[in-house]
Amino acid sequence: MELPYGITLPVGSSLGNRTGAWRVERPVYADGRAPCGHACPAHEDPQDWLYAAEEGDYRTAWTRLVAANPFPAVMGRVCYHPCETACNRGRLDEAVGINAVERFLGDHALTHGWDLPGPGPATGRHVLVVGAGPTGLTAAYQLRRLGHEVTVRDAGHEPGGMMRYGIPTYRLPRDVLDAEIARIVRLGVGLEQDSQVTDLDAALEEGFDATLLAVGAQLGHRAYVPAGEAARVLDAVTLLHDVAEGAAPRIGRRVVVYGGGSTAVDAARTVRRLGAEESVIVYRRDRAHMPAHPAELAEALDEGVVVRWLTTVARAEPGRLAVERMELDEAGFPQPTGEIEELSADALVLAVGQDCDLAFLDGVAGVEVRDGVVQVDEFLRTGRAGVFAGGDTVPGQRSVTAAIGHGTRVARFIDAWLRGREPTVAAELPVVDFEQLNPWYFADAPHAVRPRLEAARRVTGFEEVVQGLDETTALYEARRCMSCGSCFECDNCYGVCPDDAVVKLGPGLRFEIDYDYCKGCGLCAAECPAGAILMVPEPVPPS
Amino acid sequence: MSTHLGMPLMYYQVGSFAVGNRLVDPDLRSEQARPDRAASLTKGHRACRGCGEALGARYVLDTAMRATGGRMVTVNATGCLEVFSTPFPETSWRVAWLHSLFGNAPAVASGAAAGLRALGTDVRVVAQGGDGGTVDIGLGCLSGMFERDDDVLYVCYDNGGYMNTGVQRSGATPPAARTTTTQPVGHSYGHAFGQGKDAPRIALAHEIPYVATATVADLRDLEAKVERAMSLRGARYLHVLVPCPLGWGTAPHETVRIARLATESGFFPVFEGERGRVTTVRRIRHRVPVEEYLRPQGRYAHLFTPHRREDVLGRLQQIADANVERYGLAAPAAAISTAGGGPDGHGEVP
Ligand SMILES: Cc1cc2nc3c(=O)[nH]c(=O)nc-3n(C[C@H](O)[C@H](O)[C@H](O)COP(=O)(O)OP(=O)(O)OC[C@H]3O[C@@H](n4cnc5c(N)ncnc54)[C@H](O)[C@@H]3O)c2cc1C
Ligand SMILES: Cc1ncc(C[n+]2csc(CCOP(=O)(O)OP(=O)(O)O)c2C)c(N)n1
Ligand code: SF4
Ligand SMILES: [Mg+2]
Repeated sequence: MELPYGITLPVGSSLGNRTGAWRVERPVYADGRAPCGHACPAHEDPQDWLYAAEEGDYRTAWTRLVAANPFPAVMGRVCYHPCETACNRGRLDEAVGINAVERFLGDHALTHGWDLPGPGPATGRHVLVVGAGPTGLTAAYQLRRLGHEVTVRDAGHEPGGMMRYGIPTYRLPRDVLDAEIARIVRLGVGLEQDSQVTDLDAALEEGFDATLLAVGAQLGHRAYVPAGEAARVLDAVTLLHDVAEGAAPRIGRRVVVYGGGSTAVDAARTVRRLGAEESVIVYRRDRAHMPAHPAELAEALDEGVVVRWLTTVARAEPGRLAVERMELDEAGFPQPTGEIEELSADALVLAVGQDCDLAFLDGVAGVEVRDGVVQVDEFLRTGRAGVFAGGDTVPGQRSVTAAIGHGTRVARFIDAWLRGREPTVAAELPVVDFEQLNPWYFADAPHAVRPRLEAARRVTGFEEVVQGLDETTALYEARRCMSCGSCFECDNCYGVCPDDAVVKLGPGLRFEIDYDYCKGCGLCAAECPAGAILMVPEPVPPS
Repeated sequence: MSTHLGMPLMYYQVGSFAVGNRLVDPDLRSEQARPDRAASLTKGHRACRGCGEALGARYVLDTAMRATGGRMVTVNATGCLEVFSTPFPETSWRVAWLHSLFGNAPAVASGAAAGLRALGTDVRVVAQGGDGGTVDIGLGCLSGMFERDDDVLYVCYDNGGYMNTGVQRSGATPPAARTTTTQPVGHSYGHAFGQGKDAPRIALAHEIPYVATATVADLRDLEAKVERAMSLRGARYLHVLVPCPLGWGTAPHETVRIARLATESGFFPVFEGERGRVTTVRRIRHRVPVEEYLRPQGRYAHLFTPHRREDVLGRLQQIADANVERYGLAAPAAAISTAGGGPDGHGEVP
């Protein structure tokens, strides 16, 4: 090549030296599963929707969110957010407030009247869903999206199951619930209220192509408490149901709630709002062993609810209770001590669990009921072809979140059944743990706190206690996400390569490694904030 | 991100310290994030895997190229950077580039600047060399260049030794480091304490317009300093810490992390000064004991095996502590704000 005077080496001449041959390991872009999504019983992928929210693209964020869960505004209020417990950012400062952003997106969508994605092409198949709780409604939504006709038959006067008749309005305002249900119904779901199914075989004969049993656990568990004749003993599920229907049950001035779960806490807080001066939770074990969520308990305590730990109810009499002090044994189980004490109480509310009312399944061939719940396989199938079950009706965790997850999954399994295919479960990507991240690149940014209604104002009514985030705070919170396992185009790999061997493909297109020159030093992988680059052994070239 | 760039946007959560950030206006991203960066030192060069010097040189020159609109020449001393980039008949430079000798790069740069001025062009000069070429054999020429206030930015890539010729000690080799000429034998612990030259402070003492230190671990800081240097005239000096996997006994993928530990331990102070005064310092974000910096490096392995040299480790920690004290590196990082100064821990020195 003819070079100008004084120039001895032509530009670009080093390109002839393919340094890629030095490599023993190669970087590969490999998205992993963020722990938040891995932990989500509703199969959401918070990393994915937070990514869009970070850009202020709430519509896309919400669309990604509702692909898994049609109830973001509900979930943003009642979910116990296992995602936040798993969130890697918790190892850096504090977990991302995923739940608060979810609520923001859910409310934002309601304010703007966004509709769920429309139904898929009609398949001519018709599915019967028994029960309009979160399991049944989510399944109905997903089945409509897959093009199937859906009839939901529900015993309640209004749809929602425990979201309406269990969870009190100070945690989940009815207008929010109504709006999210209405959006599902608008997809063309046939909703039949006040329609308890009492004979499954008869219902099946109407010619449905598949059936989902999602009847929840409606009965308050009756623990045996010796009680004098005139003693007032109620169960929490009935109490909350009555309150939800607008009734004001007679409870008196001093009320004891027996139990340690969410239902007990909700019953105790409701009792305060109904005007009881004393609302005492009596629980057999200690605080560390209480199944209720710590945040709920804290709110209850703020409102003046009192807890008697390590105590059990020995006997109920009109106006008073005999309670016994308990002790935890080495295994953490409560053991009686024989020390009895008296408490004044006008009423005793039992909140010791819920049972399923499965009488309508008596004698139904192929559907097995064991330990009070319907038995299913990993594809949520009962022993009867075409009959599926999910939510509180089947063994497992009982929460709205788990119910929504069941609804989404079972819809896929039902769809496979209707199309004559084998059901499958998508393989999960490997979970990205904190050690795979490079947290240096994230600025210190503490968690934003959701404002709460003052305790004094709470007990006077059923106004919502926890308030939402405004847009700025929600955006801030979304941007705290470290995008575990997913490239967020921070350009670090492109920047830190000493060999200029990373190719930037442009916005949204991410990057590519130029293996002709990449020496495999691994700096890109080491400096990837999100742990989205893996070093793998160099493949042996074909001989 | 840097104190020199106004930051009207709130974007400090997602990867705020990263090379780029999709939430930020492209104009506010680092030079290295740009698809059209100059790639002054491009692929095909023969530096070791994970070479800090190759990385540092591209960071510096790409920014200088942007600042000068491509109207600049580079003068390079002998050393790894020159040898791995230009094995005849190849070059991986995409800038006008001139090599002469090991010890005379500052003088060649002075001459180039004078010649270009005589030609009436406004082509800027950036000179660069290793620590050996800078603090040892080239120090006389460099001091002269400073004294005459020649219009040159001189960049020293400090990898703490004569790496090109097989890891011999230089005047920038830190105490206790093993090189091929400072072997720990018997009770000795590698390179001696109390020797060597603090080139940035020597430069500062010349009261030239601009002196700064930087590392390959903090790109935004490095780029801001090159930009600042190119906005000034006269003699300017930039000292960049560039870990060397071969000479330091570190894994190739650790280069950036090691540089980060050097600053976070206080062992390598990052600051900026003008006309003899330190003006800003890069404050430590998460301070670590100097041991965290030393332990991953093979050149300090003899401080940990077969016996832990508590005495030597203590003296090295004292060096870090003295730096922290002298430059005020531990002062609380500036509060995160949405406009103006970023969360980068820069602070004005009163
Ligand atoms: C007081 C209380 C508070 C709770 N708080 C929370 C919380 O904060 N967060 C959380 O995640 N979870 C909470 N849960 C749990 C959660 O509400 C349930 O796990 C969830 O609602 C279960 O959903 P599901 O659809 O399976 O059943 P359900 O919500 O119980 O819905 C079942 C539906 O089926 C109907 N049905 C029953 N039998 C028949 C029949 N034979 N024919 C037709 N219809 C029938 C019922 O009327 C009901 O509408 C709470 C539960 C209670 C009781
Ligand atoms: C006058 C002279 N003496 C010795 C050498 C041999 N030599 C070439 S590079 C080098 C060391 C370079 O060390 P440094 O400047 O720190 O650069 P590095 O290779 O470490 O980047 C030496 C001693 C030389 N080229 N010229
Ligand atoms: S930081 Fe983001 S992606 Fe990682 S676990 Fe938390 S919310 Fe999920
Ligand atoms: Mg050197």
